[in-house]
Order: sequence, then C-alpha cells, then structure tokens
Amino acid sequence: MATPNTPLWEVFIRSRNGLAHKHVGSLHASDATMALQAARDIYTRRGEGLSIWVVPSTAITASDPAEKGMMFEPAESKIYRHPTFYEVPDEVGHM
Amino acid sequence: MYTQALNTAETDDRGLEDVAKAAQFQARIDAEERIEPNDWMPAAYRKTLTRQISQHAHSEIVGMLPEGNWITRAPTLRRKAALLAKVQDECGHGLYLYAAAETLGASREELVDAMLAGKAKYSSIFNYPTLTWADIGTIGWLVDGAAIMNQIPLCRCSYGPYARAMIRVCKEESFHQRQGYEIMVTLCRGSDEQKAMAQDALNRWWWPVLMMFGPPDAASQHSDASTKWKIKRFSNDELRQKFVDATVPQAQYLGLTIPDPGMTQDADGHWRYSEIDWTEFKQVLAGNGPCNRDRMAARRKAHGEGAWVREAAAAYAAKRARRQTAQAAE
Repeated sequence: MATPNTPLWEVFIRSRNGLAHKHVGSLHASDATMALQAARDIYTRRGEGLSIWVVPSTAITASDPAEKGMMFEPAESKIYRHPTFYEVPDEVGHM
Repeated sequence: MYTQALNTAETDDRGLEDVAKAAQFQARIDAEERIEPNDWMPAAYRKTLTRQISQHAHSEIVGMLPEGNWITRAPTLRRKAALLAKVQDECGHGLYLYAAAETLGASREELVDAMLAGKAKYSSIFNYPTLTWADIGTIGWLVDGAAIMNQIPLCRCSYGPYARAMIRVCKEESFHQRQGYEIMVTLCRGSDEQKAMAQDALNRWWWPVLMMFGPPDAASQHSDASTKWKIKRFSNDELRQKFVDATVPQAQYLGLTIPDPGMTQDADGHWRYSEIDWTEFKQVLAGNGPCNRDRMAARRKAHGEGAWVREAAAAYAAKRARRQTAQAAE
C-alpha cells in the first residue's frame, strides 16, 4: 500500500501579548496535533511565539494575485476614505 | 459610549467557579495580559463583554440611518462620496464588532434578533433626527469625536479581539471626524444663513452628545467589575470631561457658541459644563426619543427584506455541498 500524502498546514503565530496571529509559513504533518508540535519545533525555536494556530492549507480560500487589479480597484479611486483628504485648519490642531 | 454603561452589573459569580482559575484570571488581567477567545474566563466577564460588544455593533449599524438620510441630498458630489464612504465604514465597524462578539460564543443571528426584538440596546444618540445638512457636519465633528474619545482607551481593553477591532475602527474614525469638521468650517465661513444652520445643529446635538458617555459616575451601575477587568479604563465623567475640554477650542475656532451659558473654565483649564438633563437620557433609552420607533422600524424592514438573500445563499451553499459529496462518492 502506498503511503498517503502528508497534508500541508499553514502556521500562524501570535508573537506578542495582544497582537493577532500572523502567518509565518507552512509545514507537513499527518494530523493537527502533530502539526502544532511541528510548528513549535520549526517556527518558534527562538521563542518567537506565545501561541500557534495551524490550519489545513486546503481550508484556505484565496484571492488570485493575478487579478489583484480588478479585485482591489474599488478602493483605489477613493482617496476620500483617507483622513488627509480633509482640510482641518492648523490652528485647530490634531484631529 | 456606544454601549453607554447600560449594562446592569453582572453578579460576581466567581464563588461558583474554580476559585484558583478566577484568581489566575485576575492576575493575568492585572499583569496587562490580553484574554483571548480560547482562554478560561469567568462567565460574568464573557456575558458583560458579549453584551457590550454587541451593543457597540448595534450602535454602528443603527448609526448608519441618521446619516444615510442625507446621502441623496448632499450638496456636492465630493460631499456625497465622502458621506457614502463614511456610512460604509460604520457598517464595516458593525461587522468587525459582531465578529469580535462571536468569538465569545454568541451567534450573529441571536445578537441581531435580540436587537430587532428590542431586548438589546444601541446608543441613545442615534434616536435624534438629522434635520439639516449641518447635522451631518455636527455628527462627524461631535458624535464621532465623542466615539473616538471612548474608543481609544478600548484599544487597550483586556479582551484581545475587542481591542484589535477597536484599533481598526479608531484608524478609520479619524477620517469621519475630519470630514465633519470640514463641513462645519465651510458652513461657518459661508453666508449668515449657513452659519446659523451650523449653530442650530450644535444647539440640538450638544447635550445628547454629552449623554453618549453614559450616566454620571455616581449613578453608574456597572463600572466596578468592568474597571477591575480592565474593559473600562476611564470613568464616564472622566471621558466626558476630556471630550468637553477638547471640543470647546474647536467650537471657538468655528465662532460657534456652545449652548451652555453656565459653562466656565476652572483654574486648571477644564471647561465645567452645567447639569445634564438625565430625564431626557432615560426617556430616550426607554424608547421615547424622537426617532426610536423609526430606527427600529427601519432595521426590521431591512432585515426582513434581506431574508430572501440569506435563504438563497444558504440554499446555494447546501446545493454545492451536496454536489461535492456526490462527486466524492463517485
């Protein structure tokens, strides 16, 4: 019997108290528990994390980078969504 | 603020829970550690936060209504685009917040249903009407200004998902306040009628905006637990005073008069405002404000009219799932 392919997992690490988990890379593991242990060994050898998430790579639905132009076009033309678009007189100070 | 200390105090039920766990939890809070969704937390902490975050979310959603009233009547295309973008942001803020509340185990559906049934509150401020274009400027300047004053400390609140949602929200609110103030500057530099319109809007919004910070500290019901849990970092009166001190010079620049003849500046530079009419606040919270019924009717109508979309999306997802199962079986 052929050995089944080992699934790929995406690894997310919370580096500091209060921060969100951030994607750091991927790894191979047969199940979630082994993925977590492998993530610890591969990605946090220098104390990089407070907590780890592993997610099966197949569970991720991604946008197509080749279509980023069309995907993000709606936001590109809207400079009025930024605070600097509005004039507040200097005398009023920070707002 | 958007949650207005409406919460009645949760009874401290830690006696019923693991005492050691509760002590460890409080020690984590005291050490400024953030609590995350999978961490152990007292049931009362979970309940208080679910209520506060969902009320905050409801306020963002209902908050779209008074401003949405002016999208079609904005005076220029520039103003219209800005207002539309602002209302879209309020919707986005509501969604960040619902998602943060859901990390505590509540479902979106039950949170929304509680609001539509009138069981969950939203901020009293959105029960006032937007009568003129100057109201849109005043909302950005004062309502969003007050919201920022409250939300900045919430960026450091003990619950991680709420704090992170607030960081996103605060970044975006800056545009809201600036666009509002820009409208006010334009009106105040305009004709006598325009300036009078700006003054009239300030007159109507000033006191309701001060009420946004919730009851005075002496009467506030739930501050103790929230303070101990570092959900709340400043008292209602402290935040209200900060807001007034920041706003008075902004009004002076506009040449507008704050509708409080008794207001004085004390030796420390703080602007001391007169007594707030808490009867009005209680009336608005009880459902008797100028627009409570309109707001609830608008939300129920929108929710009802969206039912077919939710049903269609669920039916489509179910069909795709069936097809995938069938293909996998082949």
